[in-house]
Amino acid sequence: MTSFELNINGKKLEVEVDASTPLLWVLRDHLKLVGTKFGCGIAQCGACTVLLDGNAIRSCQLPISAVGNQELTTIEGLSDDGSHPLQKAWVEVDVPQCGYCQAGQIMQAASLLNKNPNPSDEEIQSVMSGNICRCGTYLRIKEAINMAAKNS
Amino acid sequence: MSIKVKTKFGRRSFIKRSAVAAGGFAIGFSWLYSCDHTAKSVSKLPKEWFNFNGYLKIGDNGMVTIMSPNPEIGQNVKTSMPMIVAEELDVDWGKVIVEQAPLDTTLYGVPFISKVLGQLEAPKSGRQIAGGSNSIRNSWDALRLAGASARNMILKAASKIWGVSIHELITENGFVINPKTGQKNHYGAFAAAAAEVEIPEEVELKAPSDYKIIGTSKKNVDGLKIATGQSLFGIDVMKEGMKIAVLIHPPGFGLTLKRFDADQAKQMPGVFDVFRIDAYDGETQKSSFDIAAFRDIVVVVASTTWQAMEAKKAVKCEWIEADDVKTKISSFGRDSYFDFPKGLESTEDHIKKLGEIEKSRIKIVRKDGNPESAFENAYRIIEKSYSAPFLPHNTMEPMNFFADVTADKAHLIGPIQTPSIMESSVAARLGMSNDQVHIEMTRMGGGFGRRLYGHFLVEAAAISQYLGVPIKLIYSREDDMTSGVFRPAYRATYRAAIDKNNNVTAFHVRAGGIPSSPLAANRFPAGAYDNYLAESYSVKSNITTGAFRAPRSNFIAGAEQSFLDELAEALGKDPIDYRLELLDRATNNPVGKKNDYDPKRFAEVIRLAKKESDWETQKEGIYRGFAAYFCHRSYVADVVDLKIENGKTVVEKVFVAVDCGIVVNKDAAINLIEGGTVDGIGTAMFGGLSLKEGVPQQKNFNEYRLIRHIESPKSIDVHFVENGKSPTGLGEPMYPPVMGALANAMYKATGKRFYRQPFIKDLKA
Repeated sequence: MTSFELNINGKKLEVEVDASTPLLWVLRDHLKLVGTKFGCGIAQCGACTVLLDGNAIRSCQLPISAVGNQELTTIEGLSDDGSHPLQKAWVEVDVPQCGYCQAGQIMQAASLLNKNPNPSDEEIQSVMSGNICRCGTYLRIKEAINMAAKNS
Repeated sequence: MSIKVKTKFGRRSFIKRSAVAAGGFAIGFSWLYSCDHTAKSVSKLPKEWFNFNGYLKIGDNGMVTIMSPNPEIGQNVKTSMPMIVAEELDVDWGKVIVEQAPLDTTLYGVPFISKVLGQLEAPKSGRQIAGGSNSIRNSWDALRLAGASARNMILKAASKIWGVSIHELITENGFVINPKTGQKNHYGAFAAAAAEVEIPEEVELKAPSDYKIIGTSKKNVDGLKIATGQSLFGIDVMKEGMKIAVLIHPPGFGLTLKRFDADQAKQMPGVFDVFRIDAYDGETQKSSFDIAAFRDIVVVVASTTWQAMEAKKAVKCEWIEADDVKTKISSFGRDSYFDFPKGLESTEDHIKKLGEIEKSRIKIVRKDGNPESAFENAYRIIEKSYSAPFLPHNTMEPMNFFADVTADKAHLIGPIQTPSIMESSVAARLGMSNDQVHIEMTRMGGGFGRRLYGHFLVEAAAISQYLGVPIKLIYSREDDMTSGVFRPAYRATYRAAIDKNNNVTAFHVRAGGIPSSPLAANRFPAGAYDNYLAESYSVKSNITTGAFRAPRSNFIAGAEQSFLDELAEALGKDPIDYRLELLDRATNNPVGKKNDYDPKRFAEVIRLAKKESDWETQKEGIYRGFAAYFCHRSYVADVVDLKIENGKTVVEKVFVAVDCGIVVNKDAAINLIEGGTVDGIGTAMFGGLSLKEGVPQQKNFNEYRLIRHIESPKSIDVHFVENGKSPTGLGEPMYPPVMGALANAMYKATGKRFYRQPFIKDLKA
């Protein structure tokens, strides 16, 4: 067990875990931040996506020892009240069906818009293809990203 | 014009006692989030709630809580079922809060309105089930009656308090109004008095033309919670003192545990215990919903998920071949068996067996006329065979359940499509009565039929009882994908006999599967051919299977629609015109009496697809395929438009025409149809699980391909037939036909017919 100080959603938090613990499980089990989801454990589905210094990473494959003091943002930290343009667009477009993949989709989209504020449909489809939606809401995800891009 | 209906609600279902809740103000969405999605709406909570029936509570300030009875798997009944109640209650949707109803099948039993008497039939025992695309169809009457009855009681109370006849009063958007005097007050003012009013014997239901909520588009009631990552799913459940359990099951079907060595694992950090357990101890498998590929499992319990997963890696297991399994169960009220032969099965053997049995051991399910003679005398015969593999459901949220079992109580929380059925299974396993078992439904990260089979509840309960601590059982993706209850593997051969004059003189389908046939012998095109033969066969196996989105239809529709396409081409006919020609026959002069579809409704949805897709116009570079199917009481017709980009087929657009009767939540219905269409394309193109000596060859998403953003259609155009009929089903009907439309479009694009799913295999060849 090792002590780690994390810079997460604008706060400094300390956890004591085994150094090999993936960030996903530190978030869910230790910090009780359950918005980030477990889908596959091998970075193939994107449900565990969070931002590390604004870049999307798959937290199921990142050991806590590799995080350091980089800025971590989870879905809970995207806004205080759902007012991030992506969250507003997600509600406006009524994107989710079961909803399980959506936090990961939103975080990946946030990373995309951080780097590319006006992506084309092809760029959206390409960047988002690491995120599976089993319910097939892909068209609405695309629409919501376009809406958020316009409103950012 | 409204409809008068006599009610016969039992007293039990109308609990009128108020439950006092906290009063005061609520600021912002996080505390009181009504269905009106303004981010910062200040809403005053009622000081008191009045419970009118299991379905709704009215607060003394006019706010309304509506309980959504059915489990939510993403089909959004959590929004649409309350919309129906709110409509008949006649309230402002913006003042409605929705809660997941508890499991209570007496309360949420589904009485229905007898067509003949206009009277309520006695409630059937509960249908708090997510399955069969049945939630709205089964509860359509009960939901409307719940809202209308409460409205009636409010009116009665108002008439007493205002001292006027009830006929002087109307309601509008949650207000009672006397149009003559202008007197007006919100429902909350009468809620307390309404508690003393008699339950109505007759209520008025709205005519569809008066609907203000049903037929509009309302946002998902959990939409903001989902977008902000709130704790909603079973896997998110956290309770004091809870430990995490993971399991180890045999790597393949036909194997069972001989022994295991947990010495190393038990030493690892955070590990509480490692032990062996029989999920269904003794004779506790009661019904087909208790199917479980692997009963004898090793369980690793630790303080955290990662600790449990790490310890699991250190457990050494030895597997041996299992014996034949024959367990008596009850399947839909009839005696049946789990019948799993021993052996280590491989896909190549499966394919061979299906082909062999198709030639030898078949059962005639329907025969019209004299098909044998027609085939004997045919000028030419077209014969094609289709096949599709086992499919794992792969819900995004893996199987999981929370259980806290004490000496005399079991409290379970999690994702389950059949909570009332599993209550009995859990009780049996624990040696308790049903009353001692309490199951709470969470939102589910997908169902697709996988969560009908709640062995994971029984496992969680058994583990908690054994240890005497609360636990949350979590399946890894690998555990989940290889734990069986797959969509069966299927094969179907179609034949058509054609005479010299280009008439089809006989139609023959022989369909089989492992372990059961996908045949629906009385569906179209039965009824349209004088000489018709439908046969089935099955192959015994120890690969466990179960219902998968649109069971049976999910294969046979694509096969049949591909064959009809090929047949139409052989006849020189347009595929849509050919369907309409057949449906004409089935309308005007049907063959046989048991044709399980309405040919007029079927033809109408096909014409709608033809019109909206502008079928008759040739578009440069667009390759079009058509299919239509009827299942779960709904009719769906698809036109798939493909393009070729960089040598690959790309789905440019799909036109979907749907007849599901009255559409409750318009945009949500469109979302569901889009999703099912994407799912169908993904399944047909990429889906499939293969086995080698019992071991699944795909265990995670690096090996099992699901459709992603980049492969999804560029756009989907949905159109509804507006016929005002009672709602039918929408979770499943759009999934099967698109697979046929895709195959037919791919033929136009590539010159190849696709007979074997997943198409990607033959596309690459």
